[in-house]
Amino acid sequence: MNRIAMLLAAVSAAALISTAAEAKTVRWSAPTDIATLDPFAQTESFTTSMLHHVFDPLVRRGRTMQLEPALATSWKTVKPDTWRFELRKGVKFHNGNAFTADDVVASVTRLLDPGARARGNLSQVIRAEKVDDFTVDLVTKGPYPLLLNDLAGIYIMDKEWMEQTGSLKPGNIATGVSTAASTTAIGTGPFKLESFKPDAGTNMVVNPDWWDKPEHNITRIEFKPIKSDATRVAALLSGELDLIAPAPLQDLARIGANSAFKVIEEPSLRLIFLGLSQRDELKSMPGEKNPLKDLKVRQALWQGIDLDAIQKRVMRGKSQNTGTLVAPPVPGYDKANDTLPGYSADKAKALLAEAGYPNGFKLGLNCPNDRYINDEAICVAVAAMWSRIGVQTDVKTESRATYFPKQDRGEFDSFMLGWATLPPMDGFSVLSALLTAPKDGFGGSNPMGYTNPEIERLTREAAVELDEPKRRAMMVQALKVAKDTIAYIPLHLQPVAWASRQGLDVPQFPDEYVRLWFAQVK
Amino acid sequence: MLRLLLARLGQAALVMLAVSAVSFGMFRFVGDPVAALSRENATIAEKAELREQLGLDRPVVVQFAGFLSRIVRGDFGISFRNQRPVATLIAERLPATLELVLVATLLSLALGIPLGVLCALKPDGVAARLVQAVSLIGISTPTFVTGIVLILTFAVTLGLLPSFGRGETVQIGPWSTGLLTLSGLKALTLPSITLALYQLTLIMRLVRSELIDVLSSDYIRFARARGLSARHIHFTLALRNALMPVITVTGLQIGSLIAFAIVTETVFQWPGMGLLFIQAVSFSDVPVMAAYLLFVGLLFVLINTAVDLLYALVDPRLRVRA
Repeated sequence: MNRIAMLLAAVSAAALISTAAEAKTVRWSAPTDIATLDPFAQTESFTTSMLHHVFDPLVRRGRTMQLEPALATSWKTVKPDTWRFELRKGVKFHNGNAFTADDVVASVTRLLDPGARARGNLSQVIRAEKVDDFTVDLVTKGPYPLLLNDLAGIYIMDKEWMEQTGSLKPGNIATGVSTAASTTAIGTGPFKLESFKPDAGTNMVVNPDWWDKPEHNITRIEFKPIKSDATRVAALLSGELDLIAPAPLQDLARIGANSAFKVIEEPSLRLIFLGLSQRDELKSMPGEKNPLKDLKVRQALWQGIDLDAIQKRVMRGKSQNTGTLVAPPVPGYDKANDTLPGYSADKAKALLAEAGYPNGFKLGLNCPNDRYINDEAICVAVAAMWSRIGVQTDVKTESRATYFPKQDRGEFDSFMLGWATLPPMDGFSVLSALLTAPKDGFGGSNPMGYTNPEIERLTREAAVELDEPKRRAMMVQALKVAKDTIAYIPLHLQPVAWASRQGLDVPQFPDEYVRLWFAQVK
Repeated sequence: MLRLLLARLGQAALVMLAVSAVSFGMFRFVGDPVAALSRENATIAEKAELREQLGLDRPVVVQFAGFLSRIVRGDFGISFRNQRPVATLIAERLPATLELVLVATLLSLALGIPLGVLCALKPDGVAARLVQAVSLIGISTPTFVTGIVLILTFAVTLGLLPSFGRGETVQIGPWSTGLLTLSGLKALTLPSITLALYQLTLIMRLVRSELIDVLSSDYIRFARARGLSARHIHFTLALRNALMPVITVTGLQIGSLIAFAIVTETVFQWPGMGLLFIQAVSFSDVPVMAAYLLFVGLLFVLINTAVDLLYALVDPRLRVRA
């Protein structure tokens, strides 16, 4: 009898304890699953954002996107090409191992391995050197102003664990190497990985030994990818999920109308724009001079787009029109550059006539139909508007799987592209990838032949300028030239829209990262 | 019999070679994995290097030969996207798809046969007419519509069943099953109904027409004349004969159910092979796509070969002609 009483007491005590430490779970969903748990084996921003819950970088983005200390507490440049980082003491990995300089050196070395897919994310670093147990030097190819931006996306792995599991080198598809790091993750981050089932779900539990003071109150994260938009929304409405990010634009009104849910949205960093071929001739007009080389024609095409109509109708009022090539939070943005020419079909026609095309010309417009929000609808609208000013636009849309290879090869007359400047979140990314000629590592996404000597010069100078105000001024100037010469036609910043149940507070960030270590559950 | 077996196997091998050529050839045109794999900021040199690493810069014939020799050795490569062996990925997903297809098939048989019998025996009854009318809807509604309607009804409005996923699963060796937990069974309900609907209608209509056919044959008339009970005639004498083609069709349909499961799996986020394939397509993950197509091809070839051989066993006339 006594024994039974004791057992009962024990059971009720256990029940009490478990209600005291009430489980606060966030169940959330996105359309894609994480590709792999290996931080250096992928370059997807979604996977990177998800892994940030498990891993910490040396420096991280804070609540206002500012760079702040994480695993490194301070840093300085000891030589123009050498940065010294002081590391945080007393940090433990999820397996109990202590975090030291060896882990940083092993992680950076692993990332710089030729087989690492994400190697380009730290392309300017040559090597990491241990100075003492809590000091590390990073050596760059030359003066490099964006090192901290790059490091914010580089997660630190545990050296001992990598040695034990034979994953000191990253997985490599070419050599057929796949490592334990693809399916397990040991980091120092705010949450520990509990389970990972591709396409079914990834679970995490809070890390009680996290080095930072938590600003969240959640104890568990259940991530469930749901590819179908309709199903994802249905699962939120039926109470099976707490958060969907992103939420499909066409369902926002319906979700917001339900008092049990809320919609949170803001413009993202992703800027949608149209590229114009600067080659000698267009595909649609073989044998003739490319009319797009004439600034007046480009001016006419820009003025001929009714941006407000696209914003209201196609984007349902959720996007933000823009006149420059970087989003306001990104270094390099300048309000003076962000002006619109104003829609006028008549002025556009007049400009075309001045340029010698009173009857317009033929133009191809190519767009993806599964990459950006409403990409296909935007292009169809633009094509109609251009046709109205006399430019007979032949619009073609296709899946991103076939679209981007063609775009890479420069096969289009005019085309749609989106750019978020991620991961560095810096205007330099636009200059170095889109506005410079393809050589010396520049112009990686500019096969259409746009070049400008002043931008070339400014970009090369900004690449090695360590003085931040000077560097920003150079980028602003280069982006002004790009605007004046209409290198691209900027359209809008596409929105980030999330939906959650009432009672869950998650701050939204323009880089579309879900950062649940700032989440509060009521 | 041995000659027949060898001939059939030879044909099967030829078909598989064709399937592998098609699956390899098709993926040359569905997109460039390099674009899906590189960073947004990737330089041209980075992309070229990746292309070389993947062997995409070599001539097509060389790539195909490499592809074939690897398959023969059972090496399906490593997924571009996950960096995990494709064979492992498929093995992980196989249980989910097979359980779904199995339950859907059982469901369609358990409902299709009685309903078909009902329609054949009482063709003018109200119930039969209703079933016939509803079956038209079942056969003509696309799977994704059925799925979404079921989700809206049973998950959102009534809150009875989950709208996605597999629920809790139990791991038995390499096999993960959702049949042993309540949440697993609940999660299985809507997707299996969605997947079964087309097959159910097909079986019902087949049973109905076969049974009507059989019921007008001579031996049934003689049985009636002998004064046997209607129950005995209908269920023991007639239905048995009417079921022969049903069994064949069900067997053959299992292959297409696995292939059709792609849509159902996408709607319900069912973590099976169909979903794996869809994810692979959107990332141009060629090794996974190729392996999936080969798997489905193999499945059809195996089922058809088995059916052919069974026919030959059952019906001596077929042995000579083969």
